[in-house]
Amino acid sequence: MEMKVAQAGTLESGDILVRITPSQESGLEINLDSTVAYQFGAQIKKVIADTLGELGVTGVRVDATDKGALDCTVRARVTAAAVRATGCDVWKD
Amino acid sequence: MMFVPGNNPGMMADAHIYGPDSIMLDLEDSVTMTEKDTARLLVYNALKSVDYGDTEMVVRINPLNTPYGKKDIEAVVKAGVHVIRMPKTETAEEVIEVEREIEKVERELGCVGRTKIMAAIESALGVVNAYAIATASPRMMGIALGAEDYCANLKTQRTPGGDELRLARETIVVAARAAGIDALDTVYSNLDDMETFRKEVEFIHTLGFDGKSIINPRQIEVVNEVFAPTQKAIEKARTIIAAIREAERKGSGVIAVNGKMVDRPVVIRAQRTIDLAIASGIIKKEEENV
Repeated sequence: MEMKVAQAGTLESGDILVRITPSQESGLEINLDSTVAYQFGAQIKKVIADTLGELGVTGVRVDATDKGALDCTVRARVTAAAVRATGCDVWKD
Repeated sequence: MMFVPGNNPGMMADAHIYGPDSIMLDLEDSVTMTEKDTARLLVYNALKSVDYGDTEMVVRINPLNTPYGKKDIEAVVKAGVHVIRMPKTETAEEVIEVEREIEKVERELGCVGRTKIMAAIESALGVVNAYAIATASPRMMGIALGAEDYCANLKTQRTPGGDELRLARETIVVAARAAGIDALDTVYSNLDDMETFRKEVEFIHTLGFDGKSIINPRQIEVVNEVFAPTQKAIEKARTIIAAIREAERKGSGVIAVNGKMVDRPVVIRAQRTIDLAIASGIIKKEEENV
């Protein structure tokens, strides 16, 4: 799957800005900056990893800046960034 | 019906806390062309995950003649939306086309008939065709006025008195009543002028509208105050309903309450008063035996 750098989301309260960059490595690297990292950092990273796993996206670095997003918002932003990065509608119900 | 931009996750998550009867997540005018894809995914995920309780969930889709309309329908039907709101509806054929797309997705899911349709009428042609639009599909649950686009189309502008909207409002209420569906009025955008907003809500309530579109939780209280029946009206309605039930039990025809004849329109109005009181939370459904 050929990919380019892509992002989705905003820095507004309740949102998360997700940037996906293709990586030379085969795995997944997640860098998270969150206002609630202490309490929810692990959960946010899990949602990001699970979402990309379900979409079949690997070999990427994710830079995420969270402003208190709900899990459903994290999923939506990661999916949108992945769709933009791959250039095809990887989104499935 | 409270309008919430479909690209604002913070507002989407909190909207139901304020207790609107319905929430309309918008994928159309409040979302820029470059963010249509992300907003669609936000709305899809919110509908799937956020507990909106009893709130009726509506999504305003993009028109089918754009690259976004069909994708919007697929996403929100899959997410289980209650109502799809069509923007800028001008003909019955447009409703039938949307219905066809909804049904395609519902067949895939095995839930044909689940999704209702509301059409926003926002042009002179739409007003002329209001009844045809309202009756275009058994899924139609309401028609609504979209005043900003309507005024632009009419080559006029909105005024505090709303004279420019009078014909459209009356036509929409009459078409909705004739079709047996709801009529919903347009938004009032000036949040700093609550006095004019209240007058407008009182006016459209008098015209017969079932509700008002709002853009901010601050407007909910005014709408509820205007639409909620008074205690006196509720008591009168209860007396009429009780009298008609008693008459039915005895098998008698025409009845009188406090010396006034009670015929069918009176009973219908009384029942509507009770329904509104229940919807406004003034009385509880289980107490009314309805």
